Amino acid sequence: MTREFRVNGGLVDRSKTLGFTFNGKAMKGHPGDTLASALIANGQKLVGRSFKYHRPRGVFTAGSEEPNALVELRDGAFTEPNTRATVTELFEGLSARSQNHRGSLEFDILSINDMLHPFLSAGFYYKTFMWPKTFWEKVYEPFIRSAAGLGRLSMQEDPDCYDKGFIHCDVLVIGAGPAGLVAARAAAESGARVVVADEDFLPGGRLNAETMEIDGSPGHAWAATAAAELASMQNVRFMNRTTVYGAYDHGIYGALERSRDHIGDSGGKPRQILWRIYSKRAVLAAGAMERPIAFGNNDRPGIMLAGAVRAYVNRFGAAPGKKVAVFTNNDDGWRTAADLAASGIDVAAVIDVKNSGHAADIPGARHIPNGKVVDTSGRKCLKSITLNTGEKIRVDCLAVSGGWNPNLHLTCHQRGRPQWNDELSAFVPGVELPAGMAVAGAARGKMTLASALADGNDAAVSQLESLGFSISAPDIPKAEDEPVNCTPFWHVGESSSRSWIDLQNDVTVKDVKLANSEGFRSVELLKRYTTLGMATDQGKTSNMAGLAILAEARGSSIPEVGTTIFRPPYTPVALGAFAGRSRGRHFRPYRLAPSHEWAKSNGAGFVTVGGWMRAQWYVQSGENGWRDSVDRETLATRNSVGICDVSTLGKIDIKGGDVGAFLDKVYSNTFSTLPVGKVRYGLMLREDGICYDDGTTARMGENHYVMTTTTANAVLVFRNLEFARQCLWPDMDVHLISITDGWAQFSVAGPNSRNLLKKVIDPDYGVSNESFPFMACGKVTVCGGVPARLFRISFSGELAYEIAVPSRYGNSMMAALMEAGREFDAIPYGTEALGVMRIEKGHVTGNELNGQTTALNIGLGKMAGVKKDYIGNVLSRRPVMVSEDAIRLMGFRPVDRSRELVAGSHFIAMGDPVDMKNDQGWMTSVAWSPHLGHSIGLGFIKRGHERKGEIVRAVSPIHGMEMDVEIVSAHFIDPQGERLRD
Amino acid sequence: MIINHPLLGPRDASEFAYLGDVGIIDRPTDWQADDSIKNFVEYGYLRDNPAGDHKELWYHEQGDRSWLVVTRNTLTHEISSVEMARDVARSRGRGK
Amino acid sequence: MQYSVFRLLKEGLTGNRGWKPVWREPDPRPEYDIIIIGGGGHGLSTAYYLSKVFGRRNVAVLEKGWLGSGNIGRNTTIIRSNYLLEGNQPFYEFSLKLWENLERDTNYNSMVSQRSILNLYHTDGQRDAYVRRGNAMFLSGADAELADAAQLRKELPYLDFDDARFPILGGLYQKRGGTARHDAVAWGYARGADSRGVDIIQNCEVTGIDIKNGKCIGVQTTRGAIRASKVAMCVAGSSGRVAALAGMRLPIESHVLQAFVSEGLKPVLPGVVTFGMGHFYISQSDKGGLVFGGDLDGYNTYAQRGNLPVVEDVVEGGMAIMPFIGRARLLRSWGGVMDMSMDGSPFIDKTHIDGLYFNGGWCYGGFKATPASGYCYAHLLAKDEPHPVATQLRLDRFQTGNIIDEKGAGNQPNLH
Repeated sequence: MTREFRVNGGLVDRSKTLGFTFNGKAMKGHPGDTLASALIANGQKLVGRSFKYHRPRGVFTAGSEEPNALVELRDGAFTEPNTRATVTELFEGLSARSQNHRGSLEFDILSINDMLHPFLSAGFYYKTFMWPKTFWEKVYEPFIRSAAGLGRLSMQEDPDCYDKGFIHCDVLVIGAGPAGLVAARAAAESGARVVVADEDFLPGGRLNAETMEIDGSPGHAWAATAAAELASMQNVRFMNRTTVYGAYDHGIYGALERSRDHIGDSGGKPRQILWRIYSKRAVLAAGAMERPIAFGNNDRPGIMLAGAVRAYVNRFGAAPGKKVAVFTNNDDGWRTAADLAASGIDVAAVIDVKNSGHAADIPGARHIPNGKVVDTSGRKCLKSITLNTGEKIRVDCLAVSGGWNPNLHLTCHQRGRPQWNDELSAFVPGVELPAGMAVAGAARGKMTLASALADGNDAAVSQLESLGFSISAPDIPKAEDEPVNCTPFWHVGESSSRSWIDLQNDVTVKDVKLANSEGFRSVELLKRYTTLGMATDQGKTSNMAGLAILAEARGSSIPEVGTTIFRPPYTPVALGAFAGRSRGRHFRPYRLAPSHEWAKSNGAGFVTVGGWMRAQWYVQSGENGWRDSVDRETLATRNSVGICDVSTLGKIDIKGGDVGAFLDKVYSNTFSTLPVGKVRYGLMLREDGICYDDGTTARMGENHYVMTTTTANAVLVFRNLEFARQCLWPDMDVHLISITDGWAQFSVAGPNSRNLLKKVIDPDYGVSNESFPFMACGKVTVCGGVPARLFRISFSGELAYEIAVPSRYGNSMMAALMEAGREFDAIPYGTEALGVMRIEKGHVTGNELNGQTTALNIGLGKMAGVKKDYIGNVLSRRPVMVSEDAIRLMGFRPVDRSRELVAGSHFIAMGDPVDMKNDQGWMTSVAWSPHLGHSIGLGFIKRGHERKGEIVRAVSPIHGMEMDVEIVSAHFIDPQGERLRD
Repeated sequence: MIINHPLLGPRDASEFAYLGDVGIIDRPTDWQADDSIKNFVEYGYLRDNPAGDHKELWYHEQGDRSWLVVTRNTLTHEISSVEMARDVARSRGRGK
Repeated sequence: MQYSVFRLLKEGLTGNRGWKPVWREPDPRPEYDIIIIGGGGHGLSTAYYLSKVFGRRNVAVLEKGWLGSGNIGRNTTIIRSNYLLEGNQPFYEFSLKLWENLERDTNYNSMVSQRSILNLYHTDGQRDAYVRRGNAMFLSGADAELADAAQLRKELPYLDFDDARFPILGGLYQKRGGTARHDAVAWGYARGADSRGVDIIQNCEVTGIDIKNGKCIGVQTTRGAIRASKVAMCVAGSSGRVAALAGMRLPIESHVLQAFVSEGLKPVLPGVVTFGMGHFYISQSDKGGLVFGGDLDGYNTYAQRGNLPVVEDVVEGGMAIMPFIGRARLLRSWGGVMDMSMDGSPFIDKTHIDGLYFNGGWCYGGFKATPASGYCYAHLLAKDEPHPVATQLRLDRFQTGNIIDEKGAGNQPNLH
């Protein structure tokens, strides 16, 4: 392993070596390295290509704000595009590839874009590519799309899993730098429940990158001790590798813990955990971010932020260059030079835009006051810089510092606006912060170490006091305030070459000026026109310079220009983490009917209905396709007896002295007059007069009713009933319990249903037609004492019953019914046969009760016309809804009986053109009726009730189909209802 | 968001279902009036929709099934009071 | 200044020094024929068609922020005409036809890309409803296509066909649907209106609507009073607040819809895909970001930001249907305030106040309507009668019962 770019010191573990590859080339690093520091230590300057011009780019920062060093990490289905090398912890076997180049990283064909740059200025694409019309989709756009984008997805399912978790705390401390550690310690010592979250794998923040001391020991050592102490406390949860990415309402923060990203193989354990942190108070101690200065060709590999240069040297023991120059407008430049020199790196010059006399004595380094870098050279690696004097200095690394911006992203997530601070030449958090948040340290503009430490303590104390915790005397660690003088300086006006502001999206100073001169003068318009700050770094290092240059071009001040809006997430979050375990078949929970096991072992296939898995049909040997099964089930039921699990219907137990009156309000028909022991069909409207739900409701006792709802609406009907009970008629004596899950219910339908039931219902209970007529209900026992409820109701149109038993008996009940039915050749039937039989009988379901139809439309206008106050009565009488032209539910059959109707076809009168003006309605449901031997349908058609016998066209242009159909009664089977009453 | 349920204490808003303006309680009582359609249209369709404090109905569906009246600022989402909707309904003159 | 590739070449060779401002920055004049409140997409397109088609040039657009800062600045850019009902579908088809020629019309590349939109279905009931809808689209002169699972497996093999909670049975395509570059739409309309003499006045907030003897005579603004014989509200998202200036209550609630974009990726998705069962829709921008969204947060708000439960819900939908996106990262989320109307459909109508007009209630579908909304509103303002495709978008439809409820969700705005 080459030592060429390693220097002494640092916080990496040199006793161990980790092998990794970059673009297939084997390299080595140490535990404690990031991928970026390891690349630097291996002398790899060129790491990627820019978005638009495909310019060669190197590592620019040492943190999550990185615009350049994006790689495709890992291989195959594990590939993670756009991964920032600067925050990727090195592990054994890591594999990374550079991205966004055609051809190799070194020879990228699309770097031709760089030569064409005069024609690719900001927003050029809005001014061309308009002719000819079809070329956009066919020629221009495909080319643009293939050139754009950055990394590649594998297009395979993400093989890793992710977890979600919830944490509650008194104080959340965001950031474990000096201010955060002090704040966390103060909070922890008060006894509060504390969570500390830090995005780095090594707590300490800038302390790890600097050479400053706290309480007489190196800053990083103090941080390590402080963090270890915190982590050992019972009331503290210390979370490193955890980014707080968003500040949401009422003290809720989103955080992402990269729990196993630093390990080569997640081993089936969650790769990342998405936390929701519920905090009473929060201290944001997110530090500050350095900003660059724009000058000609300031984007070359080897040009880096000065703070990043210090981080690579001091923390990682990696040398970003052999001969380094510093370009600065503030005292950090000097600290950089001093640290480099101390590590034995040759410092060529310190170029300071100020004429300050503050020149530390850096051995071998020239001090160039009033100096500016106007240009640079070196295609794939910096070779030299040119000063405003014309002098060239040969260097392979340039450290740039334009000052620091408080890291106030999270303070703006609830639309708070930052404030300009003249002294710092930076925005600081505004007055409107997310509720419960305080900001401390550099994030609040306290840029020096001692002031940040004190500020961290102060913020914690005020937060704790507001929560009522008692605070012991503060014990603020001792440190010095380093010099941080800064002269605002954003770009070098003398540069004639392009000067980059947004490195990733290739936005230059000229682009900003052009946008301004074309009228894009609001900061939002500037962003949108030039794409400034819209890259994966969201402009963390570029937005400030963009604002400053826009302000200069507009002739206004930076605060007048303002900022764009900071939006979550703070740094990008894997989509897999947001989804957690809700993937694949576990995307949404599903419920199993009580007889599911029986159905599964008897050939059923299942279909999802309102969250339930219901048996769709049962396959028997010799059947070819679903139609065979469904036809058999339908015919067997109509000829003898069939059994269907209908437990999924919503069931609501309603008790109380006012239930009758209550049901009269919520149903369009009357229930107070229903005799005990009887069932009635009920239709519920919404207040807007549209049908909402239907079902049967049984009166089990004087003050006891059992309501059923459709499967899909069970939860919503219950919610609405609670609303009616609590909010509309709060003094009614009504009590509701959902018993959907409590009772298993089976439809036993067909001419032999009574004979079958006689065998399972205990002999004490009579079920003859006289003792238990159509629409009767009552309590019975079955199978020797199992409590049950029996309802004589029919959805199929046959003699039929529904029998309910406690759910725990459901599976056995199904088996018992089938066993008892053996002598009648009883069959189980699924939802498809159920659907066929209900269409044959003309009953409505979701296809007809689709939220757009009225009682009048479905043929129940008379039933709902009762003169009483019920939900939906008044608005159902609005003129358009009761017009003579209103659609009516009818039956339809093909004139040519061999043809199959199509659900969703529209009705057009014979001879009318097929267009929207002549649209008379549509076919809602169709089925092949094995009973009738042809296709039948239900549908809505204007004035249908007056048009029985008329032939109309059913058109389905989407199928290229039309046919003549006859309007008939919706009751294809037993229109008089004789079978029901038999 | 967190809703401080009067009976159960602070609960995550995702346990609740949202309905809308508290005015949905004030269902017109005279369904036979000449202008009943107009009254029901105003009740059913027109909203103050304020930018500021908004009294609104939430239902603790994954909890105790209470309907609540929450006073929440639609600009800041700050919640200033939470009441049982049944009490509010009675105070607005609703009974049987 | 005409834009073209030749102009681009010429400017490129001469240092890009000849580009002119795209619009003026005029001060408000004391009086106009027509004032449009709101310089978002619909306001700018109204001004464009008023000046271009209806020859009305004494027009001002008043925008409280920057031009295009309405919901046209923060949507998910989908264009389509796949509606069901007679009150809507001809209107949206008219809009799509305007989209199809927008660039040539405005001489501005708004990147209208007819890359198709696909609505997946997962149950037989959904399929039947999509057949009904697809046929309604045909009846209005639009295109529609039904695809079965086998076809989709070939075209989008990376969707989850095999381990899904809601298996994909097929989908309804509209191949003419797609996306457009939302900001550029606003800029193209603004440039076209400005060049015809319309004053687009930014940073000018309307603080009052002046009504005298039942007639609207002008507005008060942060830049002074301005008279006009017609005042046209066009501020979806803020309709409640602006209408309140005229003492109006609306059949509208304000809700937040969050939207999301991933980091840039090489092409993965050719068109727009919607997954209704999981409340999720997605497309990929020309820059490479996956642009997606889902349900409303569900509570009234004007705050332009949402909360985590819906963020997670939306991404869960995404991962359910396309599990390959797990290692792509969410770059940015944002929230826009929607005018959620009581039946889910919009309004372009006169108000009960003479001279005061209303355009709003676009729910989360306003972007695709931008051309037709502007065209029809301009028609109404110029002729005082509705455009033939917008006759049902009336404020009094709740009184008559002629509701236009595509989803069948009833008078609860957050369900539309």
